[in-house]
Amino acid sequence: MGGPVDPTVINLVVFVLAVFVGYHVIWNVTPALHTPLMSLTNAISSVIIVGAILAATPTQADFGSVLGVIAVALASVNVAGGFLVTHRMLQMFRKKQK
Amino acid sequence: MTANQLTLWYLVASICFILALKGLSSPTTARRGNLFGMAGMAIAVLTTIAVIARGRVDLILIAMLIGGTLGAIVARRVQMTQMPELVAAMHSLVGMAAVLIAIAAVNNPTVFGVPDPLPKGNKLELFIGTFVGAITFSGSVIAFGKLAGLGKKFRLFSSAPVAFPAQHWLNLILALVMIGFGATFFLADDKAWGAFGVMTAIAFVLGVLIIIPIGGADMPVVISMLNSYSGWAAAGIGFSLNNAMLVIAGSLVGSSGAILSYIMCRAMNRSFISVILGGFGAAEGTAAAGAADKTVRSGSPEDVAFLLANSESVIIVPGYGLAVARAQHAVKELGNMLKEKGVSVKYAIHPVAGRMPGHMNVLLAEAEVPYDQVFEMEDINSEFPNTDVALVLGANDVVNPLAYEKGSPIHGMPILDVHKARTVIVNKRSMAAGYAGLDNPLFYMEKTMMVFGDAKKVVEDIIKALD
Repeated sequence: MGGPVDPTVINLVVFVLAVFVGYHVIWNVTPALHTPLMSLTNAISSVIIVGAILAATPTQADFGSVLGVIAVALASVNVAGGFLVTHRMLQMFRKKQK
Repeated sequence: MTANQLTLWYLVASICFILALKGLSSPTTARRGNLFGMAGMAIAVLTTIAVIARGRVDLILIAMLIGGTLGAIVARRVQMTQMPELVAAMHSLVGMAAVLIAIAAVNNPTVFGVPDPLPKGNKLELFIGTFVGAITFSGSVIAFGKLAGLGKKFRLFSSAPVAFPAQHWLNLILALVMIGFGATFFLADDKAWGAFGVMTAIAFVLGVLIIIPIGGADMPVVISMLNSYSGWAAAGIGFSLNNAMLVIAGSLVGSSGAILSYIMCRAMNRSFISVILGGFGAAEGTAAAGAADKTVRSGSPEDVAFLLANSESVIIVPGYGLAVARAQHAVKELGNMLKEKGVSVKYAIHPVAGRMPGHMNVLLAEAEVPYDQVFEMEDINSEFPNTDVALVLGANDVVNPLAYEKGSPIHGMPILDVHKARTVIVNKRSMAAGYAGLDNPLFYMEKTMMVFGDAKKVVEDIIKALD
């Protein structure tokens, strides 16, 4: 034993714990909201935009940064679209009629 | 801002995402949950931009503005009946973004704070993230085409399964070749663009081949599965870039999609593998031929109006036919009229009714049906024997009593026990068999009345007759 922990091991710890949390939280989602669940998770997975932002900004621009900018645009569609459409759907779930 | 501070902000954003998902446990807390999700996203994006302030922020902001505007317009305009297509399209974008980021990472890993050339461990993770992303992209494009009904123009998008001989062997061989090139990429000391490129190209092809044999009514499983893949792709990229934000968000989404796939498979009593291998329902419409000698009692909308007006309790069972006909508002109006006449009205929803999980719930919510009148299968099945009229609108397999008969192809599938109601009214466009290609004994029962025609037209005619 000795030396620093490999980042991959730390990633694995985070990964397993996050899957565990996800498993327990998702089973509590009411079936009536499964469609909003899909659009919300879609919006959440577009946090991949973080990777795209990093890819888009090297010290020297090259074709990798071009791809990064494209990825930023693609992920932005999901960020805005995903949360807004979820909001629109959830507005419709009302208990009592007016 | 240092990398450590950034990671701590990512922790805050992750907690927001968990709270967002937790909010969906009830419609009353769901809107707050969505706001948490937005907050988490804002934190993740803004702190990341703050870190890279050295670089070309202007280009990034322009890209975000263009993408964001497009997304907002689509979100505002989309019809609720088109939700499955929209979700499929959005999955494809996540998949494509993952692939683009992966290529950028092979090209210059130092931008992400990873040594150049990529260490072996990161290469393996990048390989996984890339091929899952590529499969998500092309698979979602096919799913989108099938859901949007583009099958008439392009056979590839046909909602009927596209099957050919040795299909599964071809997929298996392609998958093995892809893994072989992935291994070459992993073992190489340089960037190994060739192996990486071939591997990614095969993954794109595989995505298409995996989805084309899966038919329309299995779409709830497919769309949940692609939802899951888009999460795993993000997590895989997160691993290779040592980015905790992507790992956490990706795992949350991945497990969510996996659970939804499981729930959908359970509701059809089919194994995940059998759905993925596809081909089910290839003989669509042929099985009904043997039913010629049986008699069906068909009625007019006026007959239905009479039956409904003289009943005390009605359960409405919506299916995909309701979504196709966009009949949700008419159904709501019918429900209101019956309630004014003192009839108890409830709605019963099968988990796989429609083309995606929760599809029917959203349509009824759009028509402003209060959600406390809408019941899931387990909660309402015991009420059918005490119900005067069960009104089935555009559903077939999910109300097929053959599910109780040993030896039938759908034996064991949980169904809505519509056949136990005192009177059953079934609205369909024709006598064609459902997706499973099975005849439905429900239609020939003495207490069943068939009303043929488009769901919206029929419901509107019933309303007229009730007036």
